[in-house]
Amino acid sequence: MKLHEYQAKAIFARYGIAVPDGNLAHTADETAAATASFGGRAAVKAQVHAGGRGLAGGVRVVSSPEEASSFAAGLLGSRLVTNQTDPNGVPVDSVLVEALANIDKEMYVAMTMDRDHRGPVLIASAGGGTSIEQLAAEDPDAIITEPVDPVLGLMPYQCRRVATRLGLSGPTLRDAAGVLSALYRIFVENDCSLVEVNPLIVTGGGSIMALDAKMDVEDDALFRHTDLQQLRDRNQEDPLEAEAADDDIAYVSLDGSVGCLVNGAGLAMATLDVANAAGAAPANFLDVGGGATDEKVAKAVSIILSDPKVDRVLVNVFGGILRCDVAARGITMAYEQLQAKQPLVVRMLGTNLDEGKSILAGSGLDVTFADTLTEVTAALSNPTAEA
Amino acid sequence: MGILLNEQSKVLVQGITGREGSFHARACKDYGTQLVAGVTPGRGGQLFDDAVPVFDSVGEAVDATQANVSLIFVPPPFAADAIAESVDAGIPLVACITEGIPVHDMVGLYRYVNANPVRLIGPNCPGMINPGARCKVGIMPGNIHMPGRVGVVSRSGTLTYEAVGQLTAQEIGQSSCVGIGGDPIIGSSFVDILRLYNDDPDTDLVVFIGEIGGNMEQEAAEYIGSSEFGKPVCSLIVGATAPSGKRMGHAGAIITGESATAESKIRALERAGARIIPTPADIGDTVAKALTEIGLRA
Repeated sequence: MKLHEYQAKAIFARYGIAVPDGNLAHTADETAAATASFGGRAAVKAQVHAGGRGLAGGVRVVSSPEEASSFAAGLLGSRLVTNQTDPNGVPVDSVLVEALANIDKEMYVAMTMDRDHRGPVLIASAGGGTSIEQLAAEDPDAIITEPVDPVLGLMPYQCRRVATRLGLSGPTLRDAAGVLSALYRIFVENDCSLVEVNPLIVTGGGSIMALDAKMDVEDDALFRHTDLQQLRDRNQEDPLEAEAADDDIAYVSLDGSVGCLVNGAGLAMATLDVANAAGAAPANFLDVGGGATDEKVAKAVSIILSDPKVDRVLVNVFGGILRCDVAARGITMAYEQLQAKQPLVVRMLGTNLDEGKSILAGSGLDVTFADTLTEVTAALSNPTAEA
Repeated sequence: MGILLNEQSKVLVQGITGREGSFHARACKDYGTQLVAGVTPGRGGQLFDDAVPVFDSVGEAVDATQANVSLIFVPPPFAADAIAESVDAGIPLVACITEGIPVHDMVGLYRYVNANPVRLIGPNCPGMINPGARCKVGIMPGNIHMPGRVGVVSRSGTLTYEAVGQLTAQEIGQSSCVGIGGDPIIGSSFVDILRLYNDDPDTDLVVFIGEIGGNMEQEAAEYIGSSEFGKPVCSLIVGATAPSGKRMGHAGAIITGESATAESKIRALERAGARIIPTPADIGDTVAKALTEIGLRA
C-alpha cells in the first residue's frame, strides 16, 4: 500500500525528521490561503501515488497566492499522467502546500528490502534529484549501498559512513546520520517495502531536511497496523485491481482482449504465455486462489467481463482444492447475472471434472472445451472452431 | 530414492485442526504419508480423525512420536513463530505452505533457519512429494504423480501440477517434486534443490520451472552450467508477457530490473546448456524428447 507524501511526512515528523511546514489543500482557495500563510511563496505539490510528478507538471514553486490558486485550479480534479502511471493517469484530489526551503545540497536516500541480501539495504547517492533510475543506469558507482544485518539493525557507524560518502562533515554529518537511523526505524516499525527521500537536503543553515517522502507499506503486514490501514486512498488505485484485492483475487489489467481466469499465480503467468504464443493477447492476469467458492469465481468472472476490451474468456483451472463443478457454477452465475455473451475456452482438470463440464455444456453459453494446453493453443488460434 | 522425503519420513502437521490443515493432513495420510502427529496450541490430548494425536507444542510431539518432518498451515501472523518452533524442536525438514507472511518476519527467520541444521521449504509453496516412497508433504493432488526418475522443481503450485500432469500423461514418472515458494525470501533456493537432485542416484533429469522476478533463476543457471552439476535439465520460465513493476500474484514475481525478466533468465539457462521448454504446453514433449536423446527412453 502506497502512502501519500503528506501522510509519509507526518510519520517522518513523528520520528524526528525535519520536513517543511506544510498544509494540505483540497481547493484552489485553500491553496491560496496556505500560500499566503507562508508569506506568499510556496511549493504546491500534487498528492498522487506516482513518481515523476515534477516532470509531469504536478509540482510548482509559486510566487503569489493568485498563482497558487490558478495552478491548483488546473490540477485539482484532473488526472496526472507521469512516466510511472498508465495513460489514464491518477486523480489529483489534493495538493500539499509547503514553505520553501533554502537548499544547499540535494541527496537521495532510500531503505528497501534486497532479495539477494534477504534483508534491508540502505541506498544513497550524493546526486539527488528527479531521476535516480537514470543515475543508477549511467553511473552505478555513484550509488552507495549499505546492507543491514537485521539482528543488529542499521548501526550508527554505518549511518556515519554513508553520510561521509555523501560528502557531509561536522554537525551536518551527525544530523544526517540521525536521519538515516530514523529512516531505518520507520522502515522496520511500519513494515515498509520502501522508504524513499528524494531529495533529502542540506539547508542553507547546514541542517538536514526531507523535501519529499515516499512510503510503501507491505500489504501482507497491514493486519498489524490499524493506524496505517486508515491511510489507504482507494481513488489512487486501479478500480478493478482494488475490487479484486478486496476479495483476495490477484488481478492485473493488461492490453489484450482475452480475459483470463486461472487458479494459482504460476499457472496464471503460464496461461498468459500460452495465449500470447497463440497470438491471442491477454486482457488480464487473474489468480482466483486455491480454496475459491462459486461466489468468488463469479466475482472474478464479473471483474474480467467488466473490462470492455474483453471479447473472449479463457478459463484454465487445475482443480485440486478448487473443484471443477464449483468453478463451472461460478462462471455460469456471473454470465447469467451480466447477460454476457463472450465465448469461452475452458480447460479444467481435476476434482469433479465431468460435473463441471456438464454444467457448462448445459448452460447455453458458447463454450469450447480443451483438455490440454496444446488444445487451448489451438482453440485460441482458431476462434471460429466449434467444440 | 528421490530427495528430501523417504519411507522413514514421519510427518507432523502444525495447524492440523484448522480448515486447510485438516483437509490436507487427511489428503497426505490418504496418499500414504506417515502422519504421526498434529500440533495446535490448546488442543493437546485430542485425536485427529480418531487416529492422530494432537499436541500443544512441536517439542512434545517430537518427544512422543519422533516426527522428523513438519508441514505448516498456520495463518500468516503466526507462521514465523510456527517455523521457529519446529527448528527449535530439532526437526530437520520443514515445509511452510502459508501464503502472506510479512517479509519483515522472514528476514530474521531466514537467518535463524540458516544457523540451524534444518531445511525449510517455502513459505507460500505447495510443498514436496516423493511418489516412489508414497510420501506427500504438501497440498498437491497426489493422484497426478507416478513414481519414476525425473525430478521437478518449481516456485509455484498449480504450474507444478501442470508440469507433473504432462509428464505423467507421457508415462514419465517423477523421483520427487518440490515447490520452493513464490515469496521474495524463502528457505530453500533453486540451487539448494538442484544440489539435492545432483546427488540423488535415482534422478536422471531435472525439470526446472522458474518465473520472472528476482535473481534465483540466474543463480540456478550458473550452477547448472558449472562442472559440479552433472544432470540434464529441461527448463521453462514463465511470465514473458508480464508488465514491468506489477506483482503477478506471487509477492516475488515482479520485474524490477533487466535481470528479472523472463528473457534474460531464458538466455542464462540456454548458456548453461539447459534444454529450453518453448511454451508451458510443451513440458511433456520436451522432456520426452530429451530422455530419448539421452537414451533413457525408447
